[in-house]
Amino acid sequence: MFAQRPDPRPATVEVFVGDAALRVPEGSTAAAAVMLAGLPAIRETPVNGSPRLPYCMMGICFDCLAEIDGVANRQACMVTVRPGMRIAPQHGARTARVPA
Amino acid sequence: MPNPSPAARTAYDAIVIGGGLVGAAIGYGLQRQGLATLLLDEGDIAHRASRGNFGLIWVQSKGLGNPHYQRWTRGSAEEWPALADDLHTRTGIDPRRHQPGGVTFCLGEEEFEARGEYMARMQAEAGNFGFEYRMIRAAEARDMLPGIGPEVTGVSWTPYDGHASPLHLLRALHTGFTGLGGTYLPNAGVTESTAAPNDFSVSAAGQRFTAPRVVLAAGLGNAALAPRFGLEAPVVPERGQILVTERTQNLLPMPTVSLRQTAEGSLMIGDSKEDAGLDTVTQSPEIMKTMARRAVRCFPWIAELNIVRAWSALRVMAPDGLPIYDQSERFPGAFTANCHSGVTLAGTHANRLAPMIAAGALAPEMSLFSARRFDVRTAA
Repeated sequence: MFAQRPDPRPATVEVFVGDAALRVPEGSTAAAAVMLAGLPAIRETPVNGSPRLPYCMMGICFDCLAEIDGVANRQACMVTVRPGMRIAPQHGARTARVPA
Repeated sequence: MPNPSPAARTAYDAIVIGGGLVGAAIGYGLQRQGLATLLLDEGDIAHRASRGNFGLIWVQSKGLGNPHYQRWTRGSAEEWPALADDLHTRTGIDPRRHQPGGVTFCLGEEEFEARGEYMARMQAEAGNFGFEYRMIRAAEARDMLPGIGPEVTGVSWTPYDGHASPLHLLRALHTGFTGLGGTYLPNAGVTESTAAPNDFSVSAAGQRFTAPRVVLAAGLGNAALAPRFGLEAPVVPERGQILVTERTQNLLPMPTVSLRQTAEGSLMIGDSKEDAGLDTVTQSPEIMKTMARRAVRCFPWIAELNIVRAWSALRVMAPDGLPIYDQSERFPGAFTANCHSGVTLAGTHANRLAPMIAAGALAPEMSLFSARRFDVRTAA
């Protein structure tokens, strides 16, 4: 669905979107990696469970929430990729870590 | 938003000035009593306290030294289930009422002791009306609420408390009101008015309306409106701030006075009080910090949740913090309703106060809520 511009910078940074490894240009956002990975959704909303992909790409809409390197509910469009970054879907509301 | 169309009729049985939670609850109650009611709403230039409400149905701290206020509040908590069911049935909008009881946290031994004394006095003042409460030590409270912090010495608990969604309630009241045939007029601030006993006129949105009853429910706007109808409403703003976290899976089985989890999963942190005039735009980091810190001392796991929203709103406060309800002596038929608990008191406003207004007289026990309590009495 999403294609890169014809003059892409070289894809040098390897990240994982779900279980799939892919390379994206340095300075890309995690949300860009999500779209290049071609997933049908990166999150399901907490209330209705409806699927979402990154939308505004500028930190406003919160549709790109993902679990990034183990931290829930991060706005993927506001996070710059790092080598080895793990971007996982955010399924509904996050879980708070409540000690037993 | 432009007015959809001019109201077709100009003569009503009652005019309610103020379309927030107080006015909408009273208007809904009047319309349900069969009174053709006009609800005038100033618009988004108003202070809109109902849009900033925290959403508690809160009983346990209300009315120390004023048992009539405790009874009125408790009465509202009792009316809430019926009101919520009625609104849900009529409108399909669920106000998300949940009344499992509630707790107030005590940090440190001193707070626990002071709270215990406070609750004992509440019970003593309640007399035969009763006031059920428990002071619960931290060890037991840990079984009621998840992940309580080490500084918590205990909680006070009453079975009367709960919470609801203020926005769903407001929408349900408006939808219920118009569904019953009531006339809602937005962008209709009052420009002119006349008052005579049981005969009033109010101009708003370029039209002039008349009714034998008028109810002032305009929040802070009541202070200026009331004297036009032979009433007093000495209310001033008290700012409260609210912090909202990202949604988390359901954890809190009951609300606390300063922390609740919405039906959708957001945690709301509130209960701040400050004098900031009419400013609802600039929020002070100091107060937000204090609120967040206390929330984390109660529930340390909240610290890793992101804050996604913050806002402030203005409580409508009388000098003694209690509601004001009055009927004008000079112009019978004119009533005021003023309070800072639009959600808590929605039950009594719709189900008890509106029938009194429809009948033309407040019940005798309501006289304790009159603004006459602020008058200086002359020595004999």
